[in-house]
Amino acid sequence: MGLTLVSRKEPLASSREQMNRLAAAKTCPPFEEKLTAAGLQPLHATGITVFQINVGKFCNQTCRHCHVDAGPERTEQMTRETAELCISVLSQTGIPTVDITGGAPELNPNFRWLVEQARALGRHVMDRCNLTVLLLKPQAGLAEFLASNRVEVVASLPYFQSSQTDAQRGDGVFEKSVLAMQMLNRLGYGVGGSGLALNLVYNPVGAFLPAKQDAAEAKFRRELSRRHGVTFNHLYTITNMPISRFLEFLIESGNYEGYMERLANAFNPAAAAGVMCRYTLSVGWEGTLYDCDFNQMLDLPLGNGAPRHIRDFDPARLNTRRIVTANHCYGCTAGSGSSCGGAVT
Amino acid sequence: METYYHPHDLSKFAEMGKGNKELWEKFIGYYSAVFAEGALSEREKALIALGVAHAVQCPYCIDAYTQTCLEKGSNMEEMTEAVHVACAIRGGSSLVHGVQMRNVVDKLSM
Repeated sequence: MGLTLVSRKEPLASSREQMNRLAAAKTCPPFEEKLTAAGLQPLHATGITVFQINVGKFCNQTCRHCHVDAGPERTEQMTRETAELCISVLSQTGIPTVDITGGAPELNPNFRWLVEQARALGRHVMDRCNLTVLLLKPQAGLAEFLASNRVEVVASLPYFQSSQTDAQRGDGVFEKSVLAMQMLNRLGYGVGGSGLALNLVYNPVGAFLPAKQDAAEAKFRRELSRRHGVTFNHLYTITNMPISRFLEFLIESGNYEGYMERLANAFNPAAAAGVMCRYTLSVGWEGTLYDCDFNQMLDLPLGNGAPRHIRDFDPARLNTRRIVTANHCYGCTAGSGSSCGGAVT
Repeated sequence: METYYHPHDLSKFAEMGKGNKELWEKFIGYYSAVFAEGALSEREKALIALGVAHAVQCPYCIDAYTQTCLEKGSNMEEMTEAVHVACAIRGGSSLVHGVQMRNVVDKLSM
């Protein structure tokens, strides 16, 4: 398993360095020019239907494409106090969906409390799960906990074969992921009629755009069933964002400029109109507010006068806030578009 | 390093329209129609294109259709098999001409 950019003391561990690289891309115009041409500049939120909580950067894996630079040596974790602020805000709103991410969110000591509180408020809860966390001995009973709380599991699986999956996520990850999916299936996850949703997330294993979502889903469904007897509900295709460890891969492999050009050439105005930041509010482990998890990792908090911390939550000023954009946003607007819920168009 | 083919030249392909716009537009219209989803899927067509790219040994086509195959959801195994199909047909087309050789030998020999 590799190490995080932070622990390797790489310059790219700095969000400022990443932003400098993005701004210096020679093969794409500034993102805002594309937005202007599409009649979308300035981009505004249309409301908040997804409350995404990033509970920290601690993870049991160190995936090569991770936009969080998460890993076992990261210590940033949302405290109970900040988690309570999130629940307090939720109780004052009708935001229907709570999307919990990380790192491996389940490894935050407040994860189960957060899930129970959000469920008690009647909210739909999603857990962005790396699958292998379900097999960790200290996490015994985690899958059962998720099932009993009717949590939607959104699980990362870049391919239905070990070679590609392990190349991105680490040696042996595919085999463990299959075991975890089989465990979830036994609990009813991904099984028709159970009401327990197991959705998979596919990221390309390299510097190219994802396949069409419906075609990829059909292929994954056929192959996972045939090879491992695994069933799931839906597959979400997500474009790799040119930040953090994926940015490092792009630069080191000589693919950076070509990838930025590919993203910009594939700019899709319909995808731009439907980007997830327009209906999502992202909360960082310290309680800072962002338009999305990617802006969070680039230290781009809400701007243009919007509240910047969960303690200052004000729906009137947040629902139509102006979105903060930069060249990384090409990642969400290329081709069929990309969001935490997969393709946009 | 100086080389006859430059990867960045692929992006200049549309400049062929400057010499004859009408023919270029007809070609692009036809090209787009060929690769659209039809009786064959876009993914299948990209694999055929990858095989043909190797048969005609076009570096631009190899670059373009390797990326396209990945973006249509094909994997290394499938793409390698497509290249082997091209190889088999190229090799087979040489070998089958051995029949011509045999015919000539038969005609010339006692």
